[in-house]
Amino acid sequence: MIIDESTLSLIYLVILMAFLGVELIGHVPSVLHTPLMSGANAIHGVVIIGSIIVMGIADDTLSMILGFLAVVLGTLNVVGGFVVTNRMLEMFRRKP
Amino acid sequence: MTDGLLPILYLIASVTFILGIKLLGSPKTARVGNLVAAGGMVVAIIGTIVLYRHNGEPLHNVTWILAALTIGTAIGWVMAMRVKMTAMPQMVSFFNGMGGACAALISILEYKAAMAGGLATSTGHSLATMAGLIIGAVSFSGSIIAYLKLEDRLGDIRFAGQQLVNNGLLVAAVVVGGAMVVGSLSGISMLSILTAMALIFGILFVLPIGGADMPVVISLLNSFTGVAAACGGFLYDNMVMLIGGILVGSAGTILTVVMCNSMNRSLLNVLIGNFGGASAASSGGASGGTYREVSASDVAVMMSYAKQVVIVPGYGLAVAQAQHVCHQLEHELEGKGVTVKYAIHPVAGRMPGHMNVLLAEADVAYDKLVEMEEINAEFPTTDVVLVVGANDVVNPAAKTDPTSPIYGMPILDAELARQVIIMKRSMKAGYAGIDNELFYRPNAAMLFGDAKASLTALVNEVKQV
Repeated sequence: MIIDESTLSLIYLVILMAFLGVELIGHVPSVLHTPLMSGANAIHGVVIIGSIIVMGIADDTLSMILGFLAVVLGTLNVVGGFVVTNRMLEMFRRKP
Repeated sequence: MTDGLLPILYLIASVTFILGIKLLGSPKTARVGNLVAAGGMVVAIIGTIVLYRHNGEPLHNVTWILAALTIGTAIGWVMAMRVKMTAMPQMVSFFNGMGGACAALISILEYKAAMAGGLATSTGHSLATMAGLIIGAVSFSGSIIAYLKLEDRLGDIRFAGQQLVNNGLLVAAVVVGGAMVVGSLSGISMLSILTAMALIFGILFVLPIGGADMPVVISLLNSFTGVAAACGGFLYDNMVMLIGGILVGSAGTILTVVMCNSMNRSLLNVLIGNFGGASAASSGGASGGTYREVSASDVAVMMSYAKQVVIVPGYGLAVAQAQHVCHQLEHELEGKGVTVKYAIHPVAGRMPGHMNVLLAEADVAYDKLVEMEEINAEFPTTDVVLVVGANDVVNPAAKTDPTSPIYGMPILDAELARQVIIMKRSMKAGYAGIDNELFYRPNAAMLFGDAKASLTALVNEVKQV
């Protein structure tokens, strides 16, 4: 199997991002692990983009229903994730 | 596929995600980081709805998309605003599961569309579809089980040969998924079977793992969902999904490893779920001594005349919702000229940093929370240590007893203080299911009762001293 140029560049991107993720997290104080996990949780909610696309190209009822469900669940992930993280971090801010 | 502006919006969103995670890594900038990433997400979502082109056509069903977004936002917002700080870990797990389910649904729809086109998609496309389905479904069912376990609606369930069944199921799912990628298996019924296998694997995989290890599992499932999102990025050549997904996948994995390290356990050890199970029996040898019980008024006198009091909060404090009373006690003692500090074990509570969030909720000043390495040097000069609903994190067996399941875990050296008061409901063992020899030390005394009731009694007694 020969890999074409664009797939190869995607693989490069994946590898670089994997290293970047490790670097970004490596030196975080343990105090912030919970908010960080929660924030990362919200960011993978980007999967919602995919659900919007499938919903937008759906043309039969079943696809519409499943797509609708996917968008709702993805939104829950995004909105819930960011709001919960914000609530946690708001508490850190209140210093005397 | 898309016009010129959308890729630029995706680029901006990708940068906000990277920047967001970076800023989340420091207490001062964390809040801004979260908002920056959220802003990027909004840009990516609106950009997709308005500018995305599929074969030159704009997206259909925009009304339905907006309706779904509105419903999701309303439910997500209300849930996130209403949840108690103590229930934060399971909330994160729940939202994570939703992301996993979303990824799995995308894959199912993609496969359906590919079937309509005679399955003429590339191997890479099929691979991303199947991987997204399996990983998303595992993340969904696993997260829901983790959620139920943390809500105490589900106990640890272990049966003979469990690992064998789990591994067998995983291998079978991967084989079926692989066969569907190369095309030797196909069809909606096969896809349903594969989905069911992945869902069942997710359930069985989390079931045996002890509640104390749930944070590790949630963090791991979090990175799974990241990878599932990245699979979606491959499907649509969508850079922002790819970058967001992989970033979370790798960051989540490393966070999982860091959490395991702070408990001195390997990830494998956590996943097999043997913590506090059979091995707990072996460490019963140290127990059987006599312990001393004290009254709240004695403890109040002791603390009021102390120079320094260190409070060691644990999950018991969180369960009893006692963080506010705890802060009140701190306030009363400070009024009498006593220095009060909180010793925070890296895995206190149910997630690393969970205790900090809880105490911050009760307005405890950030600089009073001292991390383990720092506070351990101070215990020998501390007059009174008050252990509130914590157990394993102060168990000296972690240092002295090589047969103990927690042997090697770094602990708070509370035993070095002049007096250790342990607030507990009863003499029952801690979360790891092992006895704590600290309770039988001559400088230790027990104050039995619910953490909140005991602390309230202490506050009243201290006021009268």
